[in-house]
Amino acid sequence: MSETSTAVTASAPAARGYRSKKTSARKVLQAVIVYPLLLLATCLTLGPFLWLLSTALKNGDNVYAYPPQFIPNPITFQNFIDVFNIMPLWHYIGNTVYMTVMGVGLNLLLCTMTAYPLARLRFPGRNIIFFAMVSTMILPNAAGMIVNFLTIKWLGLYNSMFGVVLPSAISIFNVFLLRQAFITVPKDMEHSGRIDGAGEFRIFAQIMVPMIRPAIATVVIFDFMAFWNSMIWPMIILDDRASYPLASALSSLNSTLAYNFPYIAAGVIISVIPIITIFLIMQKQFINGMVGAVKG
Amino acid sequence: MVFSNKLLRREAAFAYMMLIPGIVLLLVFTFYPVIRGLPLAFTDYSVIDTTHWVGWKNFKRAFSDPTFGLALKHSLLYVVVVPVLQIISILMAILVNNKLRFVSFFRIAYFVPVVTSMVAAAIAWKWVYEEQGILNYFLMKLHIISEPVVFMVETKLALVGVMIVTVWKGMGYYMMIYLAGLQSIPSEMQEAARIDGANRWRVIWHITIPLLMPFVLLCSLMSVMGAIQVFDEVFVMHGQLGDPAYSTITTSVYSYKVAFADFEFGYAATIGLLVSFIIMAISILMFRYTRKGGLTYYE
Repeated sequence: MSETSTAVTASAPAARGYRSKKTSARKVLQAVIVYPLLLLATCLTLGPFLWLLSTALKNGDNVYAYPPQFIPNPITFQNFIDVFNIMPLWHYIGNTVYMTVMGVGLNLLLCTMTAYPLARLRFPGRNIIFFAMVSTMILPNAAGMIVNFLTIKWLGLYNSMFGVVLPSAISIFNVFLLRQAFITVPKDMEHSGRIDGAGEFRIFAQIMVPMIRPAIATVVIFDFMAFWNSMIWPMIILDDRASYPLASALSSLNSTLAYNFPYIAAGVIISVIPIITIFLIMQKQFINGMVGAVKG
Repeated sequence: MVFSNKLLRREAAFAYMMLIPGIVLLLVFTFYPVIRGLPLAFTDYSVIDTTHWVGWKNFKRAFSDPTFGLALKHSLLYVVVVPVLQIISILMAILVNNKLRFVSFFRIAYFVPVVTSMVAAAIAWKWVYEEQGILNYFLMKLHIISEPVVFMVETKLALVGVMIVTVWKGMGYYMMIYLAGLQSIPSEMQEAARIDGANRWRVIWHITIPLLMPFVLLCSLMSVMGAIQVFDEVFVMHGQLGDPAYSTITTSVYSYKVAFADFEFGYAATIGLLVSFIIMAISILMFRYTRKGGLTYYE
């Protein structure tokens, strides 16, 4: 590890001249071993998607060519155009956006509202409520899907996007994350608001929520990912295939359209573009958020 | 005093008001399923017909149902992904913990499978596994196999194929957790060991890994639970019957089929309950075992 070796060098300034030569040689050697490993792992993690992308850019004759064509020749975007004609892709994208926006919005509202009192307010039963929530985290959700389906049906929300989103409109995980963030806000912020005569709700909405922006960003990212990628629950709740989100549509098309794989490949590529774009833009928050969520 | 009491009461009233919507939803969709799942498992609830209390019948059926037996076997077998996944993730984390040029590019590249949907991942891999796919091509080029293998259809390979997808999709996630773990280890400890003459591998083996243990436990527990409940990858690649010939069916997939294709909700709830018990037993055992191991938690 480079950190260790440089640190050792720094701590022994007398021997610096001698050691730095040794260190740089070691660094070169290390790079020669480490970079190929890093590149190999990159091929493994990105490979399947690149192979899919290559397939999506091929014309029909080259898709099943053997040996496989890694870089399509000629490159065609026809599959991406055709896939919009073959399936109501815009419709699916619209459904996915609708579901994601509703899911993320509801989570933000409900999770901050639930986390805030648990973190900052005094009321009887606070600990009981909190521990009841903690206890559900160890429960496996194997049976949850069946009962939730029956509940959604009973509520008359079957075949509606609201029924898809409602069971995950609040997540205990998010509540924890936000509660942790609310706890760290200094008391003075709240006091100054009180002195200025702000009501409880205004303190919550205009002082406390803006203070925990990083935690909120984390929740938005996580939920965006979860809702954008959700497949099975929408398939259960939505009877009508036209109202499927992308992931569910792709899953069902995968079995019905198997004869024309390049279309599915194009559809999959289209479905991952938004989430990868958001990831690339927000990767710092993404990674920090995830790491923070696990450690905190 | 009276004044502050009044203030407190107002604070409590506001707190309850804020909590109500969230708690109602949690009660309905998180707590209620746990409570309702239990009696449901003792009925023949099917939406279509009238419901009867059938006692232990569903449980007896489960124990003599060969498909459930297969599904359970596959779900338990699936736990072999856990050590593989954790070891690869730790190695990757050690690799990207180096201070090297472009290291953040690699971190991002390894995280891409995590953010994409399992559907997309499963379809991409299905294509890799094709008879004319790149896996066969490389394996033949390397002379590991002499003729193409149809990974998706070969009963002995199909489940392994799905396991590879699970590992591939999960390794970036655990890598990040381990990376956070590695970075939380104070570097003085490693420096001290190196000054004492320990080589790189000894430092990793005797200092880094033990200090990483709490993370390993957390990640292992998470991935054991995930492995037993594996659903999406099997469902997308092999359908609700776990093709070919049930060779990839797992308990979650089977309970989906029983509930949403056969409409036997009572029996599906029984399966769910049995799986819940297994998962809880395993997690309790894991906690027990790790505590017995006398591991000191690093904080």
